[in-house]
Amino acid sequence: MKRVFMACTLTLAAPLTSAADKTDMAQLHREIEQLKVDYEQRLHTLEVRVQAAEASAKAAQADAAAAQTAASASPAPVATATTAAGTAFNPQVSVILDGTYGKFAHDPTQYAIPGFALTPDANPGKRGPSLGESELAMSANVDDKFYSEIQISLQPEGGASVEQAFFQTLEMPASLTVKAGRFFSGIGYLNEQHSHVWDFVDQPLAYQALLNNQYADDGVQVRWLAPTDTFLELGGELLRGDTFPGGNPSGNGPGARSAFVHVGGDVGISNSWGAGLSQLRTQANNRETGDLSPADTFTGDSTISVADFVWKWAPNGNPVYTNFKLQGEYLRRAENGSFTPSGLSAAPYDGVQRGAYLQGIYQFMPRWRVGVRHDWLTAGNPGAAFTNTVLDPKNHTPKRDSVMVDFSNSEFSRFRLQYNHDQSQPTTDNQWFFQYIMSIGAHGAHQF
Amino acid sequence: MAGRGPIANLNEDHDMSNKLTTLLSASLAALLSVTSVPASAVLKVFACEPEWGALAQEIGGDKLDVYTATNALQDPHQIQARPSLIAKVRNADMLVCTGAELEIGWLPLLLRQTGNARIQTGQPGNFAASDFVRMLDVPVKLDRSEGDVHPFGNPHIQTDPRNIARVADGLAKRLTQLDPADAAYFAARQRDFDQRWGAALQRWQQQAAPLKGVAIVTQHKAWDYLENWLGMTEVGVLEPKPGIPPNSSYLAEVLEHLKQQPARMVIRAAYQDARPSEWLSQQAHIPAVELPFTVGGDAQAKDLFGLYDDTVQRLLKGLQ
Repeated sequence: MKRVFMACTLTLAAPLTSAADKTDMAQLHREIEQLKVDYEQRLHTLEVRVQAAEASAKAAQADAAAAQTAASASPAPVATATTAAGTAFNPQVSVILDGTYGKFAHDPTQYAIPGFALTPDANPGKRGPSLGESELAMSANVDDKFYSEIQISLQPEGGASVEQAFFQTLEMPASLTVKAGRFFSGIGYLNEQHSHVWDFVDQPLAYQALLNNQYADDGVQVRWLAPTDTFLELGGELLRGDTFPGGNPSGNGPGARSAFVHVGGDVGISNSWGAGLSQLRTQANNRETGDLSPADTFTGDSTISVADFVWKWAPNGNPVYTNFKLQGEYLRRAENGSFTPSGLSAAPYDGVQRGAYLQGIYQFMPRWRVGVRHDWLTAGNPGAAFTNTVLDPKNHTPKRDSVMVDFSNSEFSRFRLQYNHDQSQPTTDNQWFFQYIMSIGAHGAHQF
Repeated sequence: MAGRGPIANLNEDHDMSNKLTTLLSASLAALLSVTSVPASAVLKVFACEPEWGALAQEIGGDKLDVYTATNALQDPHQIQARPSLIAKVRNADMLVCTGAELEIGWLPLLLRQTGNARIQTGQPGNFAASDFVRMLDVPVKLDRSEGDVHPFGNPHIQTDPRNIARVADGLAKRLTQLDPADAAYFAARQRDFDQRWGAALQRWQQQAAPLKGVAIVTQHKAWDYLENWLGMTEVGVLEPKPGIPPNSSYLAEVLEHLKQQPARMVIRAAYQDARPSEWLSQQAHIPAVELPFTVGGDAQAKDLFGLYDDTVQRLLKGLQ
């Protein structure tokens, strides 16, 4: 929310500064007048075109009817109008509604993974029926050179946050693509995927614990696609560094940077694959974790390395009837700095924490899929200074097994039942979820 | 490591990150210089569907290097934006696709991810076949409760061979625009194709004369243009709504409906599940006819001529 207001203030401030000069004002007025005239003309042209199109559509229907009776009738003249993408000049608008019914043996508000400093809002879900985050998204080509997209996440308890808001270049030389604004970082495989395309209700433990589910940040991303038949993409990002596991950047420069390489290809016509290696380096400055009374804090470096792969199979490359997807990622986070456990004094911390998951999703008939996932974490030994603090793994290896089945009436609606045998905490939790995901409006294509 | 202060580590890491960035930009620059190879005379064409790949080959001959993104056993509505496709689009000089939002689920993403200026919407390298034909079945009502509707009309334009001739004309002009040096070559090939196509059209229409007025059931609303061409009447569709798979209760309804309005055959595309039409075939005692739908849909549909030769033959066989 804070960022939304900042953006608004900036936009409002802009006209004030330009109003300083009176001649500039007059110039501006003239320009606006010119714009108005220009747009009125365009509107008129559009109206005429719409009327013409309606008339020709009627004619086409009549023609079609005539053609039914006389098959040998000569074909109608060719329509040469260019097919426009989307609707008129409006951006594509879509809304995603998401709701869950959750059943937990243990109170999810008391959730903690021994050995891991989690953000205050980390939890495995809510008990009972609950509305998830609703997502409002708009996207469109700005002009011939740029594409823009915004996703606003509406919290069920009120309030909204900007999940992504970026523009992206459409045509740069040498297949470079530049993205700027706020966006999901290109690291890993799952990190860029929207929650409504996740194959499970929740993210793997590794993403939950090491990246607070998903790493989005403000900054610039550059991607380059190699001119090869095998897909090879290199990318890098300069980011603000204000999101977990970073936080509170103080300098003028970027607080975080990342680099990634993605490769992929086909094996025959039925198999395709993708793999990637990425690294995100960020800095935390009094990053607060735990339950804030008082919080644990960390100041230092955080470096996350991710290796990911995905393998997809669909007979003849046609995923409509049956398909299978195998996917796994390995995350390693090294942190080096000073950690202050709640209520204690700071001590130097140098630790490596790891997490991974492996999952398979099988669509056994149209619209029905089943999935299994195994994921685990290792906290590493933080040293004697942190015994009995949040960083103490207490000889526990967090792990979890999940199974799910989902049904999609169309690509716009999905219902899912999921069971987690969750051993991320020392006491085993049995978690049940029933989830719906509804998507209305124009909705763009999904990534591989 | 643990003994050092956080400040020292931060500085060290800055240095390391800087090195990383320098390394990355250096390797990028090196790779870029490698990529700027001189433009060759051969245009790289990315054809979204097999019929357009085949047509591009007919018109462009050896002046084109044609890659066909999908095969006849795939549903062109539902293709995944696979890494291999991104790599191919990145290198393409021209896209030849149906358009009319048939590829809405995958093509926009490919275009965006590659940032290839030559083939973005509105560029001459972005060729949409549906721009050159008159669209049928343009919906009056746009609502998802109607299923997977296409706002610009039914996109399966290749089921009418007269459309192929129109697209061929547009394609030749576009190729000339992109590669003026070979204008005469494209024009000659287009004239030659047009002649052969005209003769074939006459043959198909003569052969298909008995199909006029024949009532058919289709599995997906993919045959409007074919019906329009041959004068067949569609009396039922097995999908309750476009893109929604047939279910047993709806199939029973169709079967009931056929008692009042009998059909001579039920047709489906090669890429579709055979079961619903086979079920109806058994229940209603009418033949189920699998049509190639596009080039490569069966052994006979090796090229565009084979596609319609075989389509007409299979339909005629269905009448017997």
